[in-house]
Amino acid sequence: MRWLAQLRMRIQMLFGRGKAAAHLDDELQFHLEQQIAENLAAGMSAEEARFAALWNFGNPALLREQARATWSWTWLELLMRDLRYGVRTLARTPGFAAIAVLVIALGIGANVTMFTVVRSVLLKPLPFNDPDRLVALYEHSADDQYPYNIIAPGVFAEWQKQNRTFSSLAFFGDAEFNLSGVRGQLPEKVHGAACTWNLLPTLGVQPALGRNFTEADDRHSANATVLMSWGLWKRRFGGDPAILNQTIHLDGQPYTVIGILPSGFAYPDASTQLWTPVYHYKPAEQMDSLAAHQFQAIGRLKPGITAAQGVADLSVITRRLHDQHLDNPFVSKAANIKPLLEDMVGDVKQPLYVLLAATCCVLLIACLNVANLLVARAAARRKELAIRTALGGGRLRLLRERLMESFLLSAAGGAAGLLLAYGAVHWLLSTRKDMSRVEAIHIDGAVAAFTVGLIVLCALFAGLISSLSTKSNQLLLSLQDSARGSSAGRAHTMLRRSLLAAEVGLTVVLLVAAGLLLKSYQRLRSSDLGCTTQNVLTMQIGLPGARYKTPGLAPVNFFETLLTRVRALPGVDEAGIAEAVPGQGYWQDEDFSVVEHPPLPQGTAQYAIYRFADSGFFAAMGIPLLRGHTFDPNRKLDQADQAIVNAAFVKQYFPNEDPLGKHLHNEKKDYEIVGIVGDTRHSLAEDPKPIQYYPLDEGKENAGTLVIRSSRDVKQLAMPVQRIIQEMDHDLPVSDVLTMDQLLGKSTMDQSFNATLLVVFAGLSLVLAAVGLFGVLSYIVSQRTGEIGIRIALGAQREQVLRKVLFDGLRPALFGLVFGLAASAAAARLMRSMLYGTQPLDLVVFVSVAAMLLLVAALACMVPAWRASRLDPMRALRTE
Amino acid sequence: MGKPVDLVQGTLDLLILKTLSLEAMHGWAIAKRIQQVSREVLQVQQGSLYPALHRLEQQGWIKAKWAESETGRQAKFYSLTAAGRRQLEGETANWNRLSAAIDLIVTEA
Repeated sequence: MRWLAQLRMRIQMLFGRGKAAAHLDDELQFHLEQQIAENLAAGMSAEEARFAALWNFGNPALLREQARATWSWTWLELLMRDLRYGVRTLARTPGFAAIAVLVIALGIGANVTMFTVVRSVLLKPLPFNDPDRLVALYEHSADDQYPYNIIAPGVFAEWQKQNRTFSSLAFFGDAEFNLSGVRGQLPEKVHGAACTWNLLPTLGVQPALGRNFTEADDRHSANATVLMSWGLWKRRFGGDPAILNQTIHLDGQPYTVIGILPSGFAYPDASTQLWTPVYHYKPAEQMDSLAAHQFQAIGRLKPGITAAQGVADLSVITRRLHDQHLDNPFVSKAANIKPLLEDMVGDVKQPLYVLLAATCCVLLIACLNVANLLVARAAARRKELAIRTALGGGRLRLLRERLMESFLLSAAGGAAGLLLAYGAVHWLLSTRKDMSRVEAIHIDGAVAAFTVGLIVLCALFAGLISSLSTKSNQLLLSLQDSARGSSAGRAHTMLRRSLLAAEVGLTVVLLVAAGLLLKSYQRLRSSDLGCTTQNVLTMQIGLPGARYKTPGLAPVNFFETLLTRVRALPGVDEAGIAEAVPGQGYWQDEDFSVVEHPPLPQGTAQYAIYRFADSGFFAAMGIPLLRGHTFDPNRKLDQADQAIVNAAFVKQYFPNEDPLGKHLHNEKKDYEIVGIVGDTRHSLAEDPKPIQYYPLDEGKENAGTLVIRSSRDVKQLAMPVQRIIQEMDHDLPVSDVLTMDQLLGKSTMDQSFNATLLVVFAGLSLVLAAVGLFGVLSYIVSQRTGEIGIRIALGAQREQVLRKVLFDGLRPALFGLVFGLAASAAAARLMRSMLYGTQPLDLVVFVSVAAMLLLVAALACMVPAWRASRLDPMRALRTE
Repeated sequence: MGKPVDLVQGTLDLLILKTLSLEAMHGWAIAKRIQQVSREVLQVQQGSLYPALHRLEQQGWIKAKWAESETGRQAKFYSLTAAGRRQLEGETANWNRLSAAIDLIVTEA
């Protein structure tokens, strides 16, 4: 039963420590008394006996310590004592403690936030069954232009039939639905996906309620079925399970709700709320095409099959198709594969890692700063420490105390940082809803463990650096030199200067990175879109196909009436409709041929971006009409046989001839080119591309972007216009009501987000570095008060003193700057792909960062330097 | 009589356990007993005795009780536990082996 006795002992020692200590004193006292008694018996006098006994007994305090050292929990006792001592020392300088905690909190908070994001988005496996075997599938286009092209359904069907390496293949495409309101609800535009019936089984996901699609649902003749996201079900249908097997109206058509997906399911992305079988949703004739690339595909590799084997298998099938259809230049010649996770988060990978690296720099700077502050404190307490060491304070003991102090600071900072990270993650979730896998981001146990790790790391780093600065063999020296009142030991200031230089260097790297991103962003935002961006309002309208059949007159009439009424609104200068406005994206292209040109060689094709527009669109959008005229508004349906092209189109396809009057052949119809308009960019980051415009009045399109231009505040027109649409068709939701400025802001959200965060991090480090410089120099000046006093008394000019002190402070900043600029040059190359219109070694950015840093450093050093030059020599000498 | 011999580390534990195997004693008496039995050769310093006693107590080989001493004062009396008795047996055997071995070397070589 020894362990029981030991356990009892341990409990006793933990809770009855005070009593045990009293007993120990008593026990030792008894021993002493026995010794005295013996001495008395040996014939000594009372005083002699007592003295001899004490002499024999030795140092009672030491004896007590040694006995106590054998007790269990001694480590805890010592720890508690160090803790108490640490808290007490820190409480004596609350200003220092608060600053240090704040600095660490910022460093750890930023770091934990970015770690949470990186871990959740990039590192965590996808929440699907056996996600490592899931891959995204692509076609490698025949002209080698697009190695990762989206797939054509006809090709996919052959993959499905012939492959031997995948246990399951599925594909999907975007779908926008008008969800009709019930019982007075407003209609709503909902983003969804049209997918093959086996998308969810391929991922290995079951609906939370109801059933999955069956193969029978995924046919054109089947009844319309739909699966709903957990979020939409809760929000729009109050989470009522009665919705199962009920009918909802999408685009005016009845769909049966067959199931609800589990909460947290977000594929293809978090904005997808409805899923419907693609072969039912899309016109049957589209689904055989080998050339219409419009779907994204995924596959699950069979066990034991590598991605390379899968790709080879699909490529063989694709190549065979290609060779069978040499006349069609759009049939791809190979397949490509990406791991699904890579496919989903590949775009955000680099920016996230750059931001994580930036937060690591911030944390490192924060640690350096705290280490610096601790070194300053250690220096100020040099005499105290020296005396303690002289009196026998163990070196390890002193080190432990120092570490405890920095541990306390780090722990408090870490706790505050975790709170900060919690807030930051929430902010991120609300601002970056568009980021892939954003739904997976949350703070969990691993993040907490990471935080603890950071705290320990910070504590060790800051504590050890400051401890290393005091060497025991210099103790006597430190006692002496403080007594003489001369300057501080050189080793101290050396260490602090190196720390400062490192801090400044890291700051420079952050500043340069931030500067480059900021410049890229500005370049991006100021790149010429080719149209007006001021006072233009855009909104998306989609007419339900059931009531507005295409091709047909219904959508033509609707759009015409709408435009007439909108143009009549007071304040509206111009209005127009197009499929998409500049900056909104690529959307789609179509192949065409020029009737007047010789036929193209077999297997080649020419294609360009393809847009429908009404005759007023160009004026409304401020796209200049360079030659010719716009569409004739009186030509409708089949008679609408005019086309307009942009300047880039003319340059590429009519280099030496007049395109006006020539004809474009497109989908079995010839169109006469009647006008040439200015170039526009489909995306801010891309150069203008050839565009072909076709008349909206042809009636082939029933969705588009309404554009309204006004000379007054255009946002005020949003409500009246929406009211007109409601009056014309009450079951017609309008979405994305945005001014052109907002639309472009949204499209450059990534860049602005990255640039903003980096600027914040860089600003933070700049402040930290400035505080560090200021602190160190103030400290050095205060240590050298006597010396400076003597210099002034001996006739040194105040300007000389000022210059000397200023240079003293600026030297580490200069070293740091040089080292930082060199490191930035390397770092900037790594982030080349994040830059737009900016070279990694942009001279302006580098020079302005250097100038800014020198300015801030000079300002930080100016105050202590000025103070030194204003010293009253008499008083300075007397203070010693 | 020469200088009192410093005890080899670990030997003190054995001596204390052996001394306590006869009867419960307080620290002072243990020191005295060791001194007497060894004919003044072994002198246990307080600086070693009390840490050793406390360590043995923590390990559960001896237990302590406060009782009245011969002078009528309250004193801390240590006695062996069952585990301590087994420990003593083990350590005694160990010691015998060790001292026999040393003896062999010292006398033979």
